[in-house]
Amino acid sequence: MPVRLASFASALAAAAVALLLTVATAVAAVDDIKAIQAKGVLVVGVKADYRPWGFIDPSGAIVGMEIDMAREIADKLGVRLEMVPVTTANRIEFLRQGRIDLILATMSDTPARRQASTVIDPPYYAGGTNILARKSLNFQRWQELRGRRVCALQGAYYNRPVAENWGAIIVAFPGVPEAMIDLLAGNCDAFVQDSSLIASTLVSDPVKWADYEMPMETFGEQAWVMAVSAANREGSFARFLAHLSQDWHRSGHLIALEKKWGIPPSPFLKSMHDKL
Amino acid sequence: MTGVWDWFLWLYEAHGINLPVFYDSYDRQRFFAGLLTTLELSVCSVVASVAIGLVGAWALGSGSVVARRLVQGYVHAFRNTPPLIQLSFLYFAVGNLLPRLEMAGGGSRPLLDGFAWAVVTLSLFGGAFNVEIFRSGIEAVPASTVEAAEALGFNRWRLHRHVVLPLALRICLPALSNNLVNLVKTSTLAYAIGVPELLYVSAQVWADAMNVREMMNVLLVTYVGMVGLLSFGLRRLEAALRVPGLGTVGGQP
Repeated sequence: MPVRLASFASALAAAAVALLLTVATAVAAVDDIKAIQAKGVLVVGVKADYRPWGFIDPSGAIVGMEIDMAREIADKLGVRLEMVPVTTANRIEFLRQGRIDLILATMSDTPARRQASTVIDPPYYAGGTNILARKSLNFQRWQELRGRRVCALQGAYYNRPVAENWGAIIVAFPGVPEAMIDLLAGNCDAFVQDSSLIASTLVSDPVKWADYEMPMETFGEQAWVMAVSAANREGSFARFLAHLSQDWHRSGHLIALEKKWGIPPSPFLKSMHDKL
Repeated sequence: MTGVWDWFLWLYEAHGINLPVFYDSYDRQRFFAGLLTTLELSVCSVVASVAIGLVGAWALGSGSVVARRLVQGYVHAFRNTPPLIQLSFLYFAVGNLLPRLEMAGGGSRPLLDGFAWAVVTLSLFGGAFNVEIFRSGIEAVPASTVEAAEALGFNRWRLHRHVVLPLALRICLPALSNNLVNLVKTSTLAYAIGVPELLYVSAQVWADAMNVREMMNVLLVTYVGMVGLLSFGLRRLEAALRVPGLGTVGGQP
């Protein structure tokens, strides 16, 4: 009897919690290519603070390597491109709510994200995790970050391992510029980031970053993926994007884009080009 | 205690309601640290903003033109600009101009960290409103009462201490409660300068676990609870301080 009472009580509590949680938001439309073409516009979630993948140029327009890719996808579908600036912490939620049709926003591939969205294979880029730090601090090993103030981006998947495994004190900001200001001001000892972003930052402005380096061994190489709604795992749009990504690798288009935007050559793109 | 935490794991496995802030020890630790940060942030800025309000209102009633102009300027600057901009400006612009503390083992630290700047900004922001709230209370004290006290030989300090402020405080308590409740809610803005308060840790948890809905509800319940406690306390204070006949129509409570 006590057992039944206990299970009844926990079922009751579960029901109460379930009631508390709002009903799942309905997925907007079936995002096969027809639906997008009928709409006449492809809404893509992009980064606007992640030079040179997606950033705002002096004229105020969002440009970058990922923006070029988004534009090409929209052109191929014959629709208008609408870009919605997203952040690391909100992009999946925008996709879930149907506010955007596609994420093309420096998103790394993780199991949780694969479950929450339809990740497009093959990935279009890859980067690991490293830090941007002042040369004078002379970092060599990740363990040296223990007790150090390390700037980061809110919602990045590597914040937790860096804090958990190496005891760094993570101070996460909503966007890249805020974190870099804090790093340049010396409030943080390092900025933990995607290694590709760090590499391109260092070459983008050698004067500004003369005293900085990328000292650690890059860990956890993660592929960057496009993603569409989880509801459309079997949709024609996902298939179309997978083919396109393959084409881009095979034709060397991604390598050309990388070069166009001054990103240091990534071993991943080369190996994908050779493989396909 | 582990039984309670395990129940949340069961809740996830059986019903898909994912609350790692209760069953995952790392998430739990950072969530409750975030709750503590929010509480500290709220208590510090509530106390400091009330102090700023009292001093500011007192200065507004003083004979010195300079003091009055200074307080008026401060109120205009902090009441008429968005708190998020104040926070970014003070932290990123002003904070980097201040002298720095040299650290042992190389490098230096800013004099004030993000938490300290959040307390400063929230206190100044809430304080600007409190100045006006206290002023409204002070001006509502009947002139005849003040004259009577002056006739009895009260100097300015004793007049304020024994007559004006006790009455003014009672008159402005409802407005003050509103502003303090608002201030506690405004503390979420500190996430913008990387202060690990409740919204900040919740955003990191939902980015890792993809459980936005669950975390939003946790945030909702936590803030309703916190603000509920504060407004309950203020209401009790109001009741305890009630003077029959003051601030009521025709002497009816």
